[in-house]
Amino acid sequence: MSATHHIPSSDAILACEGLSKHFGGIRAFTDVAFQARRGEVTAVIGDNGAGKSTLIRCLVGVHVPDGGEIFFDGRPRPFANPDEARKAGIETVHQNLALIDELTVAQNLFLNREIVRRIGPIALLDRKAMREQARAMLSRLSINMPSVNQRVRRLSGGQRQAISICRAAGSGAKLVVMDEPTAALGVQETGNVEALIRRLREQEVSVILVSHNFDQVRRLSDQIWVMRAGRMVATVRSSETTGNELVALVTGAA
Amino acid sequence: MSTPEQNAPVQTAGAAEESRPSLSALLLDPSFWADWASVVGLVGLVIVFGIAQPVFLSIANLQALLLAAAILVVLSIGQTFVVATAGIDLSLAAAVMLGAIILGLVNAAGWGIFLACVLAVLATSAVGFLNGVLITAGKIPDFVVTLGTLSGITGLGLILSGGEPTMVGSTFLLKLASGSFGPFGYPVWVAIAAVIVAHIALYHTRFGVHLLATGGQVESAGALGIRTNRVKIAAYTISGFCAGIASLLLVARIGSAEPLINTSLLLNSVAAVVLGGVSLFGGRASILGPAIGALMLTALVNGLTLLSVSAFYQPLAVGAIVVLAALIMRYQK
Ligand SMILES: Nc1ncnc2c1ncn2[C@@H]1O[C@H](COP(=O)(O)OP(=O)(O)OP(=O)(O)O)[C@@H](O)[C@H]1O
Ligand SMILES: [Mg+2]
Repeated sequence: MSATHHIPSSDAILACEGLSKHFGGIRAFTDVAFQARRGEVTAVIGDNGAGKSTLIRCLVGVHVPDGGEIFFDGRPRPFANPDEARKAGIETVHQNLALIDELTVAQNLFLNREIVRRIGPIALLDRKAMREQARAMLSRLSINMPSVNQRVRRLSGGQRQAISICRAAGSGAKLVVMDEPTAALGVQETGNVEALIRRLREQEVSVILVSHNFDQVRRLSDQIWVMRAGRMVATVRSSETTGNELVALVTGAA
Repeated sequence: MSTPEQNAPVQTAGAAEESRPSLSALLLDPSFWADWASVVGLVGLVIVFGIAQPVFLSIANLQALLLAAAILVVLSIGQTFVVATAGIDLSLAAAVMLGAIILGLVNAAGWGIFLACVLAVLATSAVGFLNGVLITAGKIPDFVVTLGTLSGITGLGLILSGGEPTMVGSTFLLKLASGSFGPFGYPVWVAIAAVIVAHIALYHTRFGVHLLATGGQVESAGALGIRTNRVKIAAYTISGFCAGIASLLLVARIGSAEPLINTSLLLNSVAAVVLGGVSLFGGRASILGPAIGALMLTALVNGLTLLSVSAFYQPLAVGAIVVLAALIMRYQK
């Protein structure tokens, strides 16, 4: 079933080999090989606690893996920290690490990517430009937000999710990584996010999508990777699989 | 049929927040009082003391009050940067003492007053930097580290000074203490400059946003590429720098460098920060709030003195006000 070998490595925008990560005595995942092809939507599925989010965090520099190699654009050991990953063109919608409650919508959208005006040696925030661009980013993704000056604390789970997706997708990244982006969303908002992922694909942006929704994964992705209990157990082309097969792979009933 | 976004309850609530509430609704809202605690407190004190003792409102007394508040304002600004990262700097008043002693010794050694001032500020900034490094790289809780440096600096100050005060007879410091420009003495202008620079740094620079993000949700800030450890170290270094400026003002004011820690400076700096509406949990801060909080605490002491209340009652009054303010803060938005 493991079909890793049929994907040529030169196609990969982000890949890893033999990757492991432990937290004290807890094994998050062991000896994981994975790759996301350039211009494709690559899905990662698996049960709760399988290690998907931890894998994503290692790949984008949030966690330092215990062992193994990561490659971005064929380059090994690409990022020492999330800042370098973002500068290289990777934007991530994290499952839990998303927004800063006490900052406004606009501040969150531009966090660590603030627009500044230089006055001599001093760089001052251009808050007006950020507010205007924040409004434009939100409306382009038809996200309904009462005000970009509002603190994020007051927003609903879905609105917060929408902001963090907007931040990742609205910035011209090469690779957008989304960890369960539609988990908190209603039917219509889920539809918007799925349309957004298709649009990113049309614009030849690579996408890594973690999801528990097998229908969504089959609709949106080109390749599916399956994790079970800290191991990468299988990978299949989305067009060549069925929902039943994915269930069997995830649960290990095959 | 209406579309989901037209009747989603959260969005209507959000929209309501954008429209201006009426004045009476504002006055009944506890979070309004929490946000403006220091201003309300200051105005209240000015009215009460002004009625009870009209001398309180004399120009001369108000000028003396501002002069007396300058040191605390500068320290409160330093404490604000640290508290904004969800930390606390307990070594602040000890750093002031260290700065004063270094200033006194370097000046007494004949190296000139300017070098003495620069070295004093460098030393206190280094203490702040050390605090930051121990807290972040050493992964030690902030109050343990700063309590440790509080004790360490106290010892260092005693060793350096031999427990003896050093007279600092400098015309530069004498001018700083007693000179004035326009309506205010120079120390007041120093405090005003500190407020302006800190306000710009907090609200108009990337550093300020990153500081609040680090204090708000440190892990999320880190996942977005903010170097949260560097931000924290910078905050503690700023706190140390402010302690250095305060030590210059202190030596100028009393004319000598004393190996004594004024613990009420530390307590009042935290009190001013709390009164100023800065969240002790981090992520939420202003500069004007703590500055006005510092003014309010100084006005309290000044007014009680004018009313001939024994100095023994002053810490009691400060403590009561701070606890009251902390209670009101619970209603903060
Ligand atoms: N920071 C951490 N410290 C300790 N253990 C962790 C940490 N992060 C993850 N783990 C553990 O690693 C394992 C994998 O967790 P992970 O979040 O990667 O799972 P997941 O596949 O994303 O699950 P879900 O579908 O529920 O999001 C779990 O056992 C979890 O408890
Ligand atoms: Mg997860």
